[in-house]
Amino acid sequence: MTPFDPFLEFGFLRRALMGCVALSLSAPPLGVFLVLRRMSLAGDALSHGMLPGVALGFVVFGLWLPGLALGGMLAGLLIALGAGALARGTGGREDASLAALYLTALAAGVAIISWRGSAVELTQILFGSVLGVDDPALLLMGGCASLTLGFLAFAWRPLILECFDPAFARAVGVRGSAWHLSLLALVVLNLVAAVQAVGSLMAVGLMMLPAIAARHWARNVGGMVAMACGIALAASLLGLGASFHLDVPSGPSILLSAAGIWAVSVVAGPVDGLIARHWPRRHLSG
Amino acid sequence: MSLAVRNLTVSHDRRPAVHHLSFTLRKGGLMAVVGPNGAGKSTLLRAIAGLHPPAEGEVVAEGRVALLPQQAGLDRTFPFSCREAVMLGLWAECGSFGRISEEGRVLRALEAVGLHGFAGRPVGSLSTGQFQRLLFARLLLQDAPVILLDEPFNALDARTAADLLALVRRWHGEGRTILAVLHDLDLVREEFPETLLLAREAVAVGPTQEALSSANRLRARRMAEGWDPHAEPCARAA
Repeated sequence: MTPFDPFLEFGFLRRALMGCVALSLSAPPLGVFLVLRRMSLAGDALSHGMLPGVALGFVVFGLWLPGLALGGMLAGLLIALGAGALARGTGGREDASLAALYLTALAAGVAIISWRGSAVELTQILFGSVLGVDDPALLLMGGCASLTLGFLAFAWRPLILECFDPAFARAVGVRGSAWHLSLLALVVLNLVAAVQAVGSLMAVGLMMLPAIAARHWARNVGGMVAMACGIALAASLLGLGASFHLDVPSGPSILLSAAGIWAVSVVAGPVDGLIARHWPRRHLSG
Repeated sequence: MSLAVRNLTVSHDRRPAVHHLSFTLRKGGLMAVVGPNGAGKSTLLRAIAGLHPPAEGEVVAEGRVALLPQQAGLDRTFPFSCREAVMLGLWAECGSFGRISEEGRVLRALEAVGLHGFAGRPVGSLSTGQFQRLLFARLLLQDAPVILLDEPFNALDARTAADLLALVRRWHGEGRTILAVLHDLDLVREEFPETLLLAREAVAVGPTQEALSSANRLRARRMAEGWDPHAEPCARAA
Protein backbone atom coordinates (compact mmCIF):
# COMPACT_ATOMS: atom_id res chain seq x y z
CA MET A 1 0.00 0.00 0.00
CA THR A 2 1.46 3.38 -1.01
CA PRO A 3 0.92 6.50 1.13
CA PHE A 4 -1.47 7.81 -1.52
CA ASP A 5 -3.72 4.73 -1.78
CA PRO A 6 -6.24 6.21 0.71
CA PHE A 7 -7.02 8.91 -1.88
CA LEU A 8 -8.16 6.18 -4.28
CA GLU A 9 -10.00 4.30 -1.57
CA PHE A 10 -11.88 7.03 0.34
CA GLY A 11 -14.24 9.52 -1.26
CA PHE A 12 -14.02 12.01 1.63
CA LEU A 13 -10.24 12.27 1.13
CA ARG A 14 -10.65 12.91 -2.60
CA ARG A 15 -13.19 15.63 -1.84
CA ALA A 16 -10.85 17.22 0.70
CA LEU A 17 -8.02 17.04 -1.84
CA MET A 18 -10.16 18.66 -4.54
CA GLY A 19 -11.09 21.43 -2.14
CA CYS A 20 -7.45 21.97 -1.27
CA VAL A 21 -6.51 22.00 -4.96
CA ALA A 22 -9.02 24.82 -5.49
CA LEU A 23 -7.67 26.72 -2.49
CA SER A 24 -4.08 26.09 -3.63
CA LEU A 25 -4.84 27.87 -6.91
CA SER A 26 -6.55 30.87 -5.34
CA ALA A 27 -5.08 31.63 -1.90
CA PRO A 28 -1.30 31.61 -2.60
CA PRO A 29 -1.45 34.31 -5.34
CA LEU A 30 -3.21 36.59 -2.83
CA GLY A 31 -0.50 35.69 -0.31
CA VAL A 32 2.16 36.76 -2.82
CA PHE A 33 0.54 40.19 -3.14
CA LEU A 34 0.30 40.50 0.67
CA VAL A 35 4.02 39.66 0.93
CA LEU A 36 4.88 42.20 -1.76
CA ARG A 37 2.84 44.83 0.09
CA ARG A 38 4.68 43.99 3.36
CA MET A 39 1.37 42.85 4.83
CA SER A 40 2.31 39.25 5.61
CA LEU A 41 0.75 39.46 9.06
CA ALA A 42 -2.47 41.11 7.89
CA GLY A 43 -3.79 37.78 6.59
CA ASP A 44 -3.11 36.25 10.00
CA ALA A 45 -4.97 39.06 11.74
CA LEU A 46 -7.95 38.70 9.38
CA SER A 47 -8.14 34.94 9.86
CA HIS A 48 -8.31 35.42 13.63
CA GLY A 49 -10.63 38.37 13.24
CA MET A 50 -13.31 36.39 11.41
CA LEU A 51 -13.62 33.88 14.26
CA PRO A 52 -16.46 35.62 16.17
CA GLY A 53 -18.47 35.71 12.94
CA VAL A 54 -17.87 31.99 12.43
CA ALA A 55 -18.73 31.44 16.09
CA LEU A 56 -22.01 33.38 15.87
CA GLY A 57 -22.81 31.49 12.67
CA PHE A 58 -22.18 28.29 14.63
CA VAL A 59 -24.44 29.41 17.50
CA VAL A 60 -27.28 30.24 15.10
CA PHE A 61 -26.87 27.55 12.40
CA GLY A 62 -24.67 24.88 13.99
CA LEU A 63 -22.04 23.40 11.66
CA TRP A 64 -24.05 24.44 8.57
CA LEU A 65 -21.50 25.85 6.15
CA PRO A 66 -23.34 28.80 4.57
CA GLY A 67 -24.08 30.16 8.05
CA LEU A 68 -20.45 29.83 9.15
CA ALA A 69 -19.21 31.34 5.87
CA LEU A 70 -21.54 34.33 6.02
CA GLY A 71 -20.62 35.06 9.65
CA GLY A 72 -16.91 34.72 8.93
CA MET A 73 -17.11 36.89 5.83
CA LEU A 74 -18.96 39.70 7.64
CA ALA A 75 -16.63 39.64 10.65
CA GLY A 76 -13.50 39.55 8.44
CA LEU A 77 -14.69 42.48 6.33
CA LEU A 78 -15.61 44.40 9.47
CA ILE A 79 -12.10 43.91 10.85
CA ALA A 80 -10.44 44.81 7.51
CA LEU A 81 -12.47 47.97 7.01
CA GLY A 82 -12.65 48.82 10.73
CA ALA A 83 -8.87 48.82 11.18
CA GLY A 84 -8.45 51.34 8.36
CA ALA A 85 -11.34 53.52 9.54
CA LEU A 86 -10.16 53.46 13.17
CA ALA A 87 -6.61 54.41 12.12
CA ARG A 88 -7.89 57.31 10.02
CA GLY A 89 -10.39 58.44 12.66
CA THR A 90 -7.93 58.48 15.56
CA GLY A 91 -4.71 59.31 13.75
CA GLY A 92 -3.18 56.00 14.84
CA ARG A 93 -1.41 53.34 12.80
CA GLU A 94 -3.42 50.78 10.84
CA ASP A 95 -1.36 47.81 12.02
CA ALA A 96 -1.97 48.77 15.67
CA SER A 97 -5.75 49.04 15.13
CA LEU A 98 -5.69 45.72 13.29
CA ALA A 99 -3.83 44.03 16.16
CA ALA A 100 -6.25 45.42 18.78
CA LEU A 101 -9.31 44.36 16.77
CA TYR A 102 -8.17 40.85 15.88
CA LEU A 103 -7.06 40.02 19.44
CA THR A 104 -10.46 41.13 20.72
CA ALA A 105 -12.18 39.15 17.97
CA LEU A 106 -10.14 35.99 18.59
CA ALA A 107 -10.92 36.01 22.32
CA ALA A 108 -14.63 36.68 21.66
CA GLY A 109 -14.79 33.92 19.03
CA VAL A 110 -13.24 31.24 21.26
CA ALA A 111 -15.45 32.33 24.19
CA ILE A 112 -18.63 32.07 22.07
CA ILE A 113 -17.76 28.62 20.68
CA SER A 114 -16.72 27.31 24.12
CA TRP A 115 -19.93 28.64 25.61
CA ARG A 116 -22.28 26.98 23.12
CA GLY A 117 -20.34 24.09 21.58
CA SER A 118 -18.45 20.98 22.54
CA ALA A 119 -14.68 20.55 22.51
CA VAL A 120 -14.98 18.45 19.35
CA GLU A 121 -16.80 21.22 17.48
CA LEU A 122 -14.33 23.81 18.74
CA THR A 123 -11.44 21.69 17.44
CA GLN A 124 -13.18 21.24 14.10
CA ILE A 125 -13.73 24.97 13.62
CA LEU A 126 -10.28 25.98 14.81
CA PHE A 127 -8.23 23.26 13.12
CA GLY A 128 -10.40 21.86 10.33
CA SER A 129 -11.59 18.39 9.46
CA VAL A 130 -11.38 16.58 6.15
CA LEU A 131 -14.65 14.93 7.03
CA GLY A 132 -16.24 18.38 6.97
CA VAL A 133 -15.62 18.90 3.26
CA ASP A 134 -19.09 18.19 1.92
CA ASP A 135 -20.75 19.36 -1.31
CA PRO A 136 -21.49 22.93 -0.14
CA ALA A 137 -17.92 23.28 1.16
CA LEU A 138 -16.51 22.03 -2.14
CA LEU A 139 -18.75 24.43 -4.07
CA LEU A 140 -17.65 27.31 -1.84
CA MET A 141 -13.97 26.49 -2.43
CA GLY A 142 -14.44 26.11 -6.18
CA GLY A 143 -16.50 29.28 -6.44
CA CYS A 144 -13.99 31.19 -4.35
CA ALA A 145 -11.11 29.98 -6.55
CA SER A 146 -12.97 30.95 -9.73
CA LEU A 147 -13.77 34.40 -8.38
CA THR A 148 -10.21 34.95 -7.14
CA LEU A 149 -8.57 33.86 -10.39
CA GLY A 150 -11.01 36.00 -12.39
CA PHE A 151 -10.24 38.99 -10.18
CA LEU A 152 -6.49 38.47 -10.51
CA ALA A 153 -6.76 38.30 -14.30
CA PHE A 154 -8.66 41.58 -14.16
CA ALA A 155 -6.50 43.30 -11.54
CA TRP A 156 -3.04 41.84 -12.23
CA ARG A 157 -1.43 44.93 -13.72
CA PRO A 158 -3.02 47.54 -11.39
CA LEU A 159 -2.10 45.48 -8.31
CA ILE A 160 1.51 45.14 -9.45
CA LEU A 161 1.74 48.81 -10.39
CA GLU A 162 0.28 49.88 -7.05
CA CYS A 163 2.74 47.66 -5.14
CA PHE A 164 5.82 48.87 -7.02
CA ASP A 165 5.15 52.58 -7.30
CA PRO A 166 1.95 53.82 -5.61
CA ALA A 167 2.58 57.47 -6.54
CA PHE A 168 3.01 56.62 -10.22
CA ALA A 169 -0.14 54.49 -10.04
CA ARG A 170 -2.15 57.43 -8.72
CA ALA A 171 -0.63 59.77 -11.28
CA VAL A 172 -1.81 57.53 -14.14
CA GLY A 173 -5.28 57.20 -12.63
CA VAL A 174 -5.10 53.79 -10.92
CA ARG A 175 -7.35 53.85 -7.83
CA GLY A 176 -5.06 52.16 -5.33
CA SER A 177 -7.42 52.07 -2.36
CA ALA A 178 -10.21 50.39 -4.37
CA TRP A 179 -7.84 47.60 -5.53
CA HIS A 180 -6.45 47.29 -2.00
CA LEU A 181 -9.91 46.82 -0.47
CA SER A 182 -10.90 44.35 -3.19
CA LEU A 183 -7.75 42.36 -2.44
CA LEU A 184 -8.56 42.31 1.30
CA ALA A 185 -12.15 41.24 0.60
CA LEU A 186 -10.86 38.32 -1.47
CA VAL A 187 -8.40 37.42 1.28
CA VAL A 188 -11.33 37.18 3.71
CA LEU A 189 -13.35 35.10 1.22
CA ASN A 190 -10.45 32.67 0.77
CA LEU A 191 -9.99 32.37 4.52
CA VAL A 192 -13.69 31.61 4.94
CA ALA A 193 -13.55 29.00 2.17
CA ALA A 194 -10.57 27.33 3.83
CA VAL A 195 -12.21 26.99 7.26
CA GLN A 196 -13.72 23.56 6.58
CA ALA A 197 -10.51 21.99 5.32
CA VAL A 198 -7.87 23.56 7.53
CA GLY A 199 -9.79 25.44 10.25
CA SER A 200 -10.03 29.14 11.00
CA LEU A 201 -6.74 29.37 12.90
CA MET A 202 -4.84 27.65 10.10
CA ALA A 203 -6.67 29.06 7.07
CA VAL A 204 -4.09 31.76 6.49
CA GLY A 205 -1.26 29.22 6.38
CA LEU A 206 -2.12 27.88 2.96
CA MET A 207 -2.13 31.49 1.75
CA MET A 208 1.09 32.76 3.33
CA LEU A 209 3.54 29.87 3.76
CA PRO A 210 3.69 28.96 0.04
CA ALA A 211 3.89 32.66 -0.88
CA ILE A 212 6.78 33.26 1.52
CA ALA A 213 8.58 30.10 0.36
CA ALA A 214 8.10 31.04 -3.32
CA ARG A 215 10.28 34.14 -2.86
CA HIS A 216 13.30 31.80 -2.71
CA TRP A 217 12.53 30.21 -6.08
CA ALA A 218 11.49 33.01 -8.44
CA ARG A 219 12.68 36.50 -9.34
CA ASN A 220 9.45 37.91 -10.76
CA VAL A 221 5.84 38.15 -9.63
CA GLY A 222 4.49 35.65 -12.16
CA GLY A 223 7.12 33.09 -11.18
CA MET A 224 6.41 33.63 -7.49
CA VAL A 225 2.70 33.06 -8.02
CA ALA A 226 3.29 29.86 -10.04
CA MET A 227 5.74 28.51 -7.44
CA ALA A 228 3.42 29.42 -4.55
CA CYS A 229 0.54 27.50 -6.16
CA GLY A 230 2.83 24.50 -6.81
CA ILE A 231 4.05 24.50 -3.21
CA ALA A 232 0.48 24.75 -1.88
CA LEU A 233 -0.60 21.80 -4.06
CA ALA A 234 2.30 19.67 -2.85
CA ALA A 235 1.63 20.64 0.78
CA SER A 236 -2.08 19.78 0.40
CA LEU A 237 -1.32 16.30 -0.98
CA LEU A 238 1.35 15.55 1.61
CA GLY A 239 -0.62 17.08 4.47
CA LEU A 240 -3.88 15.27 3.76
CA GLY A 241 -2.00 11.97 3.41
CA ALA A 242 -0.22 12.55 6.71
CA SER A 243 -3.47 13.62 8.37
CA PHE A 244 -5.04 10.28 7.41
CA HIS A 245 -2.08 8.07 8.33
CA LEU A 246 -1.07 9.85 11.56
CA ASP A 247 -4.61 10.72 12.68
CA VAL A 248 -3.98 14.43 13.21
CA PRO A 249 -6.31 17.28 12.17
CA SER A 250 -5.94 18.25 8.51
CA GLY A 251 -5.13 21.92 9.18
CA PRO A 252 -1.91 21.51 11.14
CA SER A 253 -0.91 18.60 8.94
CA ILE A 254 -1.19 20.61 5.69
CA LEU A 255 0.50 23.61 7.26
CA LEU A 256 3.37 21.58 8.67
CA SER A 257 3.91 20.17 5.17
CA ALA A 258 3.96 23.72 3.78
CA ALA A 259 6.29 24.76 6.59
CA GLY A 260 8.62 21.88 5.69
CA ILE A 261 8.76 23.09 2.08
CA TRP A 262 9.35 26.65 3.34
CA ALA A 263 12.26 25.42 5.50
CA VAL A 264 13.80 23.64 2.49
CA SER A 265 13.30 26.83 0.45
CA VAL A 266 15.05 28.99 3.05
CA VAL A 267 18.02 26.63 3.03
CA ALA A 268 18.24 25.53 -0.59
CA GLY A 269 16.30 28.12 -2.62
CA PRO A 270 18.38 29.75 -5.37
CA VAL A 271 17.11 33.26 -4.52
CA ASP A 272 18.58 34.40 -1.17
CA GLY A 273 18.63 30.85 0.22
CA LEU A 274 21.19 30.17 2.96
CA ILE A 275 23.30 27.89 0.77
CA ALA A 276 23.25 30.33 -2.16
CA ARG A 277 24.24 33.18 0.17
CA HIS A 278 26.98 31.47 2.16
CA TRP A 279 28.42 29.18 -0.50
CA PRO A 280 27.95 31.26 -3.65
CA ARG A 281 28.89 29.96 -7.08
CA ARG A 282 31.94 31.52 -8.73
CA HIS A 283 31.23 35.05 -9.83
CA LEU A 284 30.93 35.88 -13.52
CA SER A 285 33.53 37.72 -15.57
CA GLY A 286 31.36 40.75 -16.33
CA MET B 1 -0.17 78.22 -22.52
CA SER B 2 0.63 74.61 -21.70
CA LEU B 3 0.59 74.73 -17.92
CA ALA B 4 -1.26 77.23 -15.75
CA VAL B 5 -1.18 77.31 -11.96
CA ARG B 6 -3.80 79.69 -10.58
CA ASN B 7 -3.91 80.81 -6.95
CA LEU B 8 -2.80 77.35 -5.86
CA THR B 9 -2.63 76.50 -2.17
CA VAL B 10 -1.65 73.01 -1.06
CA SER B 11 -1.59 72.31 2.65
CA HIS B 12 -0.48 69.60 5.03
CA ASP B 13 -2.79 69.56 8.04
CA ARG B 14 -3.97 73.16 7.26
CA ARG B 15 -0.37 74.45 7.07
CA PRO B 16 0.26 75.67 3.52
CA ALA B 17 3.23 74.01 1.80
CA VAL B 18 2.41 76.01 -1.35
CA HIS B 19 0.56 79.27 -0.75
CA HIS B 20 -1.47 81.30 -3.28
CA LEU B 21 0.91 80.46 -6.13
CA SER B 22 0.20 81.57 -9.70
CA PHE B 23 2.33 81.20 -12.80
CA THR B 24 2.04 80.00 -16.39
CA LEU B 25 4.42 78.07 -18.59
CA ARG B 26 3.99 78.30 -22.34
CA LYS B 27 4.01 75.21 -24.55
CA GLY B 28 7.59 74.03 -25.02
CA GLY B 29 8.79 76.05 -22.01
CA LEU B 30 11.68 74.89 -19.84
CA MET B 31 11.44 76.11 -16.25
CA ALA B 32 13.42 75.33 -13.11
CA VAL B 33 11.81 75.37 -9.67
CA VAL B 34 14.32 76.51 -7.08
CA GLY B 35 14.04 77.19 -3.37
CA PRO B 36 15.27 76.20 0.08
CA ASN B 37 14.32 72.93 1.77
CA GLY B 38 10.69 73.03 2.85
CA ALA B 39 9.81 75.60 0.20
CA GLY B 40 7.09 73.36 -1.27
CA LYS B 41 8.85 72.39 -4.52
CA SER B 42 8.04 68.66 -4.45
CA THR B 43 4.54 69.38 -3.14
CA LEU B 44 3.98 71.70 -6.10
CA LEU B 45 5.01 69.00 -8.59
CA ARG B 46 2.85 66.41 -6.85
CA ALA B 47 -0.12 68.79 -6.93
CA ILE B 48 0.36 69.43 -10.65
CA ALA B 49 0.54 65.66 -11.23
CA GLY B 50 -2.74 65.22 -9.35
CA LEU B 51 -1.22 63.41 -6.38
CA HIS B 52 -2.03 66.09 -3.82
CA PRO B 53 -5.46 67.74 -3.89
CA PRO B 54 -5.26 71.54 -3.68
CA ALA B 55 -6.83 73.32 -0.71
CA GLU B 56 -7.58 76.20 -3.05
CA GLY B 57 -6.94 77.23 -6.64
CA GLU B 58 -6.40 75.07 -9.69
CA VAL B 59 -3.91 73.57 -12.09
CA VAL B 60 -4.66 73.43 -15.80
CA ALA B 61 -2.37 71.34 -18.00
CA GLU B 62 -2.75 70.82 -21.73
CA GLY B 63 -2.26 67.13 -22.34
CA ARG B 64 -0.96 64.32 -20.19
CA VAL B 65 1.43 65.05 -17.34
CA ALA B 66 4.33 62.71 -16.51
CA LEU B 67 6.16 62.96 -13.19
CA LEU B 68 9.65 61.75 -12.35
CA PRO B 69 9.37 61.35 -8.56
CA GLN B 70 12.15 61.33 -6.02
CA GLN B 71 13.23 57.72 -5.63
CA ALA B 72 12.10 57.41 -2.00
CA GLY B 73 8.53 56.41 -2.95
CA LEU B 74 9.51 53.37 -4.99
CA ASP B 75 9.96 49.83 -3.71
CA ARG B 76 13.38 48.85 -5.05
CA THR B 77 13.16 45.38 -3.50
CA PHE B 78 10.20 44.56 -5.77
CA PRO B 79 10.80 41.43 -7.89
CA PHE B 80 10.76 43.30 -11.18
CA SER B 81 13.09 43.25 -14.18
CA CYS B 82 14.18 46.52 -15.78
CA ARG B 83 12.07 45.63 -18.80
CA GLU B 84 8.93 45.27 -16.67
CA ALA B 85 9.59 48.48 -14.73
CA VAL B 86 10.08 50.52 -17.92
CA MET B 87 7.03 48.94 -19.52
CA LEU B 88 4.85 50.71 -16.93
CA GLY B 89 5.47 53.84 -18.99
CA LEU B 90 3.07 52.39 -21.58
CA TRP B 91 0.20 52.46 -19.05
CA ALA B 92 -1.68 55.30 -20.75
CA GLU B 93 -1.69 53.28 -24.01
CA CYS B 94 -2.21 49.76 -22.68
CA GLY B 95 -3.92 50.12 -19.28
CA SER B 96 -5.02 47.00 -17.45
CA PHE B 97 -5.75 44.83 -20.48
CA GLY B 98 -4.22 46.31 -23.63
CA ARG B 99 -1.80 44.12 -25.52
CA ILE B 100 1.81 45.27 -25.24
CA SER B 101 2.81 44.83 -28.86
CA GLU B 102 5.70 47.24 -29.02
CA GLU B 103 8.30 45.47 -26.95
CA GLY B 104 10.92 47.03 -29.25
CA ARG B 105 10.07 50.46 -27.86
CA VAL B 106 10.88 49.27 -24.34
CA LEU B 107 14.32 48.03 -25.43
CA ARG B 108 14.96 51.24 -27.41
CA ALA B 109 14.04 53.35 -24.35
CA LEU B 110 16.51 51.36 -22.24
CA GLU B 111 19.18 51.89 -24.89
CA ALA B 112 18.41 55.61 -25.10
CA VAL B 113 19.26 56.05 -21.40
CA GLY B 114 22.42 53.95 -21.61
CA LEU B 115 20.99 50.73 -20.16
CA HIS B 116 21.63 48.50 -23.17
CA GLY B 117 21.53 44.84 -22.11
CA PHE B 118 19.81 45.58 -18.79
CA ALA B 119 16.33 44.38 -19.82
CA GLY B 120 16.43 41.17 -17.77
CA ARG B 121 18.24 42.53 -14.74
CA PRO B 122 16.31 42.86 -11.46
CA VAL B 123 15.68 46.49 -10.50
CA GLY B 124 17.07 45.73 -7.03
CA SER B 125 20.53 45.19 -8.49
CA LEU B 126 20.79 48.67 -10.02
CA SER B 127 22.92 51.47 -8.59
CA THR B 128 21.29 54.82 -7.76
CA GLY B 129 22.41 56.30 -11.07
CA GLN B 130 21.27 53.29 -13.09
CA PHE B 131 17.91 53.38 -11.35
CA GLN B 132 17.49 57.04 -12.23
CA ARG B 133 18.27 56.18 -15.87
CA LEU B 134 15.58 53.50 -15.65
CA LEU B 135 13.02 56.08 -14.47
CA PHE B 136 13.99 58.32 -17.38
CA ALA B 137 13.39 55.37 -19.74
CA ARG B 138 9.90 55.03 -18.27
CA LEU B 139 9.33 58.74 -18.82
CA LEU B 140 10.43 58.31 -22.45
CA LEU B 141 7.73 55.70 -22.98
CA GLN B 142 5.09 57.87 -21.29
CA ASP B 143 5.57 60.27 -24.18
CA ALA B 144 3.78 63.08 -22.31
CA PRO B 145 3.64 66.68 -23.54
CA VAL B 146 4.15 68.01 -19.97
CA ILE B 147 7.06 66.57 -17.96
CA LEU B 148 7.73 67.20 -14.25
CA LEU B 149 11.16 66.28 -12.87
CA ASP B 150 11.71 66.18 -9.09
CA GLU B 151 15.43 66.56 -8.38
CA PRO B 152 16.39 64.49 -11.44
CA PHE B 153 20.18 64.80 -11.09
CA ASN B 154 20.59 64.29 -7.34
CA ALA B 155 23.36 61.91 -6.23
CA LEU B 156 24.41 61.14 -9.81
CA ASP B 157 27.93 61.05 -11.19
CA ALA B 158 28.87 63.68 -13.75
CA ARG B 159 28.55 61.33 -16.74
CA THR B 160 25.06 60.08 -15.77
CA ALA B 161 23.89 63.63 -15.02
CA ALA B 162 25.21 64.81 -18.40
CA ASP B 163 23.50 61.93 -20.24
CA LEU B 164 20.16 62.60 -18.56
CA LEU B 165 20.50 66.34 -19.11
CA ALA B 166 20.95 65.59 -22.82
CA LEU B 167 17.60 63.79 -22.71
CA VAL B 168 15.97 66.84 -21.10
CA ARG B 169 17.41 69.01 -23.89
CA ARG B 170 16.03 66.56 -26.46
CA TRP B 171 12.55 66.75 -24.93
CA HIS B 172 12.80 70.53 -24.92
CA GLY B 173 13.78 70.43 -28.60
CA GLU B 174 10.72 68.28 -29.29
CA GLY B 175 8.50 71.04 -27.91
CA ARG B 176 7.54 69.39 -24.63
CA THR B 177 6.85 71.55 -21.59
CA ILE B 178 9.28 70.82 -18.75
CA LEU B 179 9.24 71.87 -15.10
CA ALA B 180 12.18 70.63 -13.00
CA VAL B 181 13.00 70.97 -9.29
CA LEU B 182 16.74 71.60 -8.98
CA HIS B 183 19.31 72.66 -6.37
CA ASP B 184 22.32 73.28 -8.61
CA LEU B 185 21.99 77.00 -9.40
CA ASP B 186 24.89 76.95 -11.92
CA LEU B 187 23.09 74.26 -13.89
CA VAL B 188 19.85 76.25 -13.72
CA ARG B 189 21.57 79.39 -15.04
CA GLU B 190 23.20 77.46 -17.90
CA GLU B 191 20.31 75.29 -19.05
CA PHE B 192 16.98 76.71 -17.91
CA PRO B 193 15.75 79.95 -19.49
CA GLU B 194 12.99 80.45 -16.89
CA THR B 195 12.93 79.94 -13.14
CA LEU B 196 10.35 79.90 -10.38
CA LEU B 197 11.95 80.81 -7.06
CA LEU B 198 9.65 79.30 -4.47
CA ALA B 199 9.40 79.73 -0.71
CA ARG B 200 5.86 78.43 -0.24
CA GLU B 201 4.84 81.57 -2.14
CA ALA B 202 6.42 82.71 -5.39
CA VAL B 203 9.41 84.92 -4.57
CA ALA B 204 10.15 85.46 -8.24
CA VAL B 205 9.14 83.90 -11.53
CA GLY B 206 10.53 84.77 -14.94
CA PRO B 207 13.87 84.87 -16.76
CA THR B 208 16.43 82.91 -14.74
CA GLN B 209 19.06 85.66 -14.25
CA GLU B 210 16.49 88.03 -12.79
CA ALA B 211 14.68 85.44 -10.69
CA LEU B 212 17.92 84.24 -9.11
CA SER B 213 19.23 87.63 -8.04
CA SER B 214 20.94 87.59 -4.64
CA ALA B 215 18.19 89.77 -3.15
CA ASN B 216 15.53 87.28 -4.25
CA ARG B 217 17.48 84.31 -2.91
CA LEU B 218 17.91 86.02 0.47
CA ARG B 219 14.17 86.74 0.60
CA ALA B 220 13.40 83.10 -0.25
CA ARG B 221 15.57 81.80 2.58
CA ARG B 222 13.89 84.09 5.12
CA MET B 223 10.39 83.25 3.92
CA ALA B 224 10.95 79.48 4.01
CA GLU B 225 12.37 79.63 7.54
CA GLY B 226 9.36 81.54 8.88
CA TRP B 227 7.13 79.45 11.14
CA ASP B 228 4.34 80.87 13.25
CA PRO B 229 3.00 78.38 15.86
CA HIS B 230 -0.01 80.64 16.47
CA ALA B 231 -0.90 81.38 12.85
CA GLU B 232 -4.41 82.73 12.25
CA PRO B 233 -6.62 81.49 9.37
CA CYS B 234 -5.35 82.97 6.10
CA ALA B 235 -7.06 86.28 5.25
CA ARG B 236 -6.68 85.55 1.52
CA ALA B 237 -8.41 82.15 1.76
CA ALA B 238 -11.61 81.82 -0.26
